[in-house]
Amino acid sequence: MARKVRRRKLAPGTLAVVGLLLAAPLVALLWVGSYTSAKPRLWGFPFFYWYQLLWVIVSALTTAGAYFLVTHTGTMVEVDDGDEEETR
Amino acid sequence: MSPLSMQAAGRSVDGVALSVLIILFLVVTGVGFAAARWHRPTALASLDEWGLGGRGFGTFITWFLLGGDLYTAYTFVAVPAAMFATGAVSGFFAVPYTIVVYPLIFIFMPRLWSVSHRHGYVTPADFVRGRFDSRSLSLAVAVTGIIATMPYIALQLVGIQAVLEVVGVGGSGSTFTKDLPLFIAFAVLAAYTYSSGLRAPALIAFVKDILIYVVIIVAVIYIPYKLHGFGHIFNAAHDKLSATPATSFIPGPSGLVSYGTLALGSAMALFMYPHSVTAVLSTKNRSIVRRNAAMLPAYSLMLGLLALLGFMAIAAKTSVIGADGKPNAQLVVPSLFRQMFPSWFAGIAYSAVAIGALVPAAIMSIAAANLFTRNIYREFFDRTASPAREAAVSKLVSLVVKLGALAFILFLDKTLALNFQLLGGIWILQTFPAIVFGLYTRWLHRYALLAGWAVAMVWGTIAAYRVIAPATGKHFGGSVTKIPFFDNRTAYIAMTAFAMNVIVAVVLTVILRALKVSNGRDATRPSDYYADAGDPRVADALGQPGTGQAAPEPV
Repeated sequence: MARKVRRRKLAPGTLAVVGLLLAAPLVALLWVGSYTSAKPRLWGFPFFYWYQLLWVIVSALTTAGAYFLVTHTGTMVEVDDGDEEETR
Repeated sequence: MSPLSMQAAGRSVDGVALSVLIILFLVVTGVGFAAARWHRPTALASLDEWGLGGRGFGTFITWFLLGGDLYTAYTFVAVPAAMFATGAVSGFFAVPYTIVVYPLIFIFMPRLWSVSHRHGYVTPADFVRGRFDSRSLSLAVAVTGIIATMPYIALQLVGIQAVLEVVGVGGSGSTFTKDLPLFIAFAVLAAYTYSSGLRAPALIAFVKDILIYVVIIVAVIYIPYKLHGFGHIFNAAHDKLSATPATSFIPGPSGLVSYGTLALGSAMALFMYPHSVTAVLSTKNRSIVRRNAAMLPAYSLMLGLLALLGFMAIAAKTSVIGADGKPNAQLVVPSLFRQMFPSWFAGIAYSAVAIGALVPAAIMSIAAANLFTRNIYREFFDRTASPAREAAVSKLVSLVVKLGALAFILFLDKTLALNFQLLGGIWILQTFPAIVFGLYTRWLHRYALLAGWAVAMVWGTIAAYRVIAPATGKHFGGSVTKIPFFDNRTAYIAMTAFAMNVIVAVVLTVILRALKVSNGRDATRPSDYYADAGDPRVADALGQPGTGQAAPEPV
């Protein structure tokens, strides 16, 4: 083959940050007990409702942050196909 | 029309609104067909045409089309209806669902994009076939995709039916006239798909999306304004939904697990559906999915506000008495529009809902039909079928899929249409281990995956069958049930079944590996999962590289 496929390899610290950014909305929203209250209200919205809508915006930002990190940091490395044929 | 007057849905024909609906529908459809004709491909048309874009969609168009996929009758009719009828647990989970889904696809979708583009995979079943070297596992994935799509299409038909009923088409009386709006919806969908193929829906999707966004923006600003603000709306909802234990304004302790599993299960299921995989795979390069994952939440915000239309209807005391004289929560959004908007704008709003249900229904049924042709018909019945023969099979199957959808509506309880989508989710989620875990590892044994799938499908279906709808006494009346071995905890059946699926798959894998049962040959290599546009052997268009599998003519 002419040239190998290259992928971006992130530093362990960066990878951890990406993981946190992606995990944050999952943890926050799937931990339902943390936001099932009516107060405080915001513009008439009970807490339960505005908190989740706020997370829409927060999750867009965290995902954008993760996108930036996985596309702009790290070094390009070749992906080694080895002789894995049957083993993996 | 006075805004706060009680108005029974479907009691009289709203001539202006009906005219606007018909005219807009004809214009939009006409434009779509004309454009499809004008831009006819010279080469043999194939699956690539829309979904699999020989064209390679960029960031913005993908955002637009994927968003259009999200805005179906699910968002517009079913979620607000659930909010109106039973409150947060059965409705508002759609918000965390559409937030959680994006980090998930951010993680695994680029790998699916890469391996699919390297091997010419067009469906999840294609990938499973190549990765696990198992025709039976691939068949299981394909069959699940087709069956799970049916109730999702049924949901769209219910949406169209709701609009027609509120406009005043169909009336009380015999069985036939009672279901007339449904039959009209079905006939329009069938004719539309049969004659157009995927090209027209793709083009119409743009017009449809613009129409929908206009209506949404007007609805979520104008209606709260007429109802004296959100504070008043939430107070009215609180008073109604806190009155009985069956409804909830904010989930109580017993509803926490249900709420969370409904959100997570729906999120994990969404991108297993054939039509959504198709949409993602049609992007130009590997990064577009991820960029979209950051941009798509804009839609979730709108979805949340749309869900609140259900609460607005509570505050506005909207009547949802159907043509048959019985209350039907599915009518709540069109009824609210009829009550709040002048006729001409109500007509525009109805068109948005109807076309917004029709286009995804067409795309879903075509995706399911093509899945059948590609992974079942050609794989098991006729390996040498001509493109013309495959096109004929696809057309027939797309009709069968729609008939299946119709059967769901006629035999199941349609007063909570959201449940159709949840039922589809129970099934489609069981393909997750083979597809998503398969993207990372071949450790799970192919037969163990198949057994896990089978156990989860059977248990999930039985569990869903046993849920009796409180209102009508019909089976398949809900999608939440007690978790076995856990007292008094209820969860989304799809997630409980998924847990069983994974446990069975892991245990059997250990056994099968100990017995050294062959796990087949992997057609993919590590670099396949990272390949991007421009890399060797990455085709510009899907379904075309040297696999010898020219895709069939779409329906």
